[in-house]
Amino acid sequence: MAERSEDSEEVKLLGMWASPFSRRIEIALTLKGVPYEFSEQDITNKSDLLLRLNPVYKMIPVLVHNGKPISESLVILEYIDDTWRNNPILPQDPSERAMARFWAKLIDQQICVAAMKVAGTIGEERDAAVEETRNLLMFLEKELVGKDFFGGQSLGLVDIVATLVAFWLIRTEDLLGVKVVPVEKFPEIHRWVKNLSGNDVIKKCIPPEDEHLEYIRARMDKLNIKSA
Amino acid sequence: MANKPILLDYWPSMFGMRARVALREKGVDFEYREEDFSNKSALLLQSNPVHKKIPVLVHNGKPVCESLNVVQYVDEAWPDKNPFFPSDPYGRSQARFWADFVDKKFTEAQVKIWMKKGEEQEAGKKEFIEALKILESELGDKPYFGGDSFGYVDISLITFYSWFQAYEKFGNISIEAESPKLVAWGKRCMEKESVSKSLPESEKIVGYVAEFRKNNLGSE
Repeated sequence: MAERSEDSEEVKLLGMWASPFSRRIEIALTLKGVPYEFSEQDITNKSDLLLRLNPVYKMIPVLVHNGKPISESLVILEYIDDTWRNNPILPQDPSERAMARFWAKLIDQQICVAAMKVAGTIGEERDAAVEETRNLLMFLEKELVGKDFFGGQSLGLVDIVATLVAFWLIRTEDLLGVKVVPVEKFPEIHRWVKNLSGNDVIKKCIPPEDEHLEYIRARMDKLNIKSA
Repeated sequence: MANKPILLDYWPSMFGMRARVALREKGVDFEYREEDFSNKSALLLQSNPVHKKIPVLVHNGKPVCESLNVVQYVDEAWPDKNPFFPSDPYGRSQARFWADFVDKKFTEAQVKIWMKKGEEQEAGKKEFIEALKILESELGDKPYFGGDSFGYVDISLITFYSWFQAYEKFGNISIEAESPKLVAWGKRCMEKESVSKSLPESEKIVGYVAEFRKNNLGSE
């Protein structure tokens, strides 16, 4: 935790313990040593605070800094990088920054959606969703060749965003009953997950495995999705 | 001149237009290349193997894909002229939020108006008007979304202005009635050369959509 001579900066995060979008903000703040207050939100019964701070989407995460709210996880991550300049998560070079943003969007807009389809479908539809997810992940697989992390030698934006793949997709494969990301097809991604799992910031900020799996199992039961 | 950037584009694309506006705002001399989707160029397939979509900006041999990435890249690669973002991190975050809103809500809704008919189109119209009102409220009485200067959010949205006439005709709505401030803002932006040079005439877009609807929906 960074020491501050004046306690004028107030950072509050409205989040949810099992959400990958909320956890990624915690990773970024922790990486930069920014102290913050976490406010667990019940997304099934949204608080007035949440509705007031994010009237457009009414979703977590919302970062509040010096009383001003920022919504949308990728926007928040760039704000954090702009504001606390130590341990940068985006590269300096404009074309590398563009690539990082590209991969982050791919993960959120396509990989995440495809993975959710895997969880929510059966039979042929599920097979198609698995294939789609794998095709997209193959691009990430190639990106990792020769690198410890997407960010190179240290965690970057794409690593932080891709924790979704490591700890929400791969981690839940047994529950899903399908190995979406088999190690034979994705050796680089599995190597990267090992690197992530050994990283102190990541270890501190991801949901504890047993509780996480229990939560997902309960959700799947509630939605009548067959869990393995 | 070595490093003249190449823009792979498609004339009616509001996403491609964003890249054009951004480059012109910075006074960058670029080579415009029209892509034929039935016969995509080797450069496009090589530069954007993931999506195979335009716009792609190829600069110093390196590709930049996705229109908002291109706009941000242009701002960062040519930082000395007409910055697209305010200097304070909070202002920047709000600009990113609203450009992302345009991409999320506005884009999805407008597509239903020109590409669909019947119930799907009606649903699109509702979403579109809702998004218009939210954007109108965000603009308020400012001359631009960026405040006094034309910026990132303006660039992200202004390109749809060339499509307004098409939305009105095929969606049977009056954008002026729903969001007069936005229409005034659109006209204001069109006075900028970087914008007027980058957007096709509305009539051409109307023709494009008419053709699409005839070929794909069986009627206009």
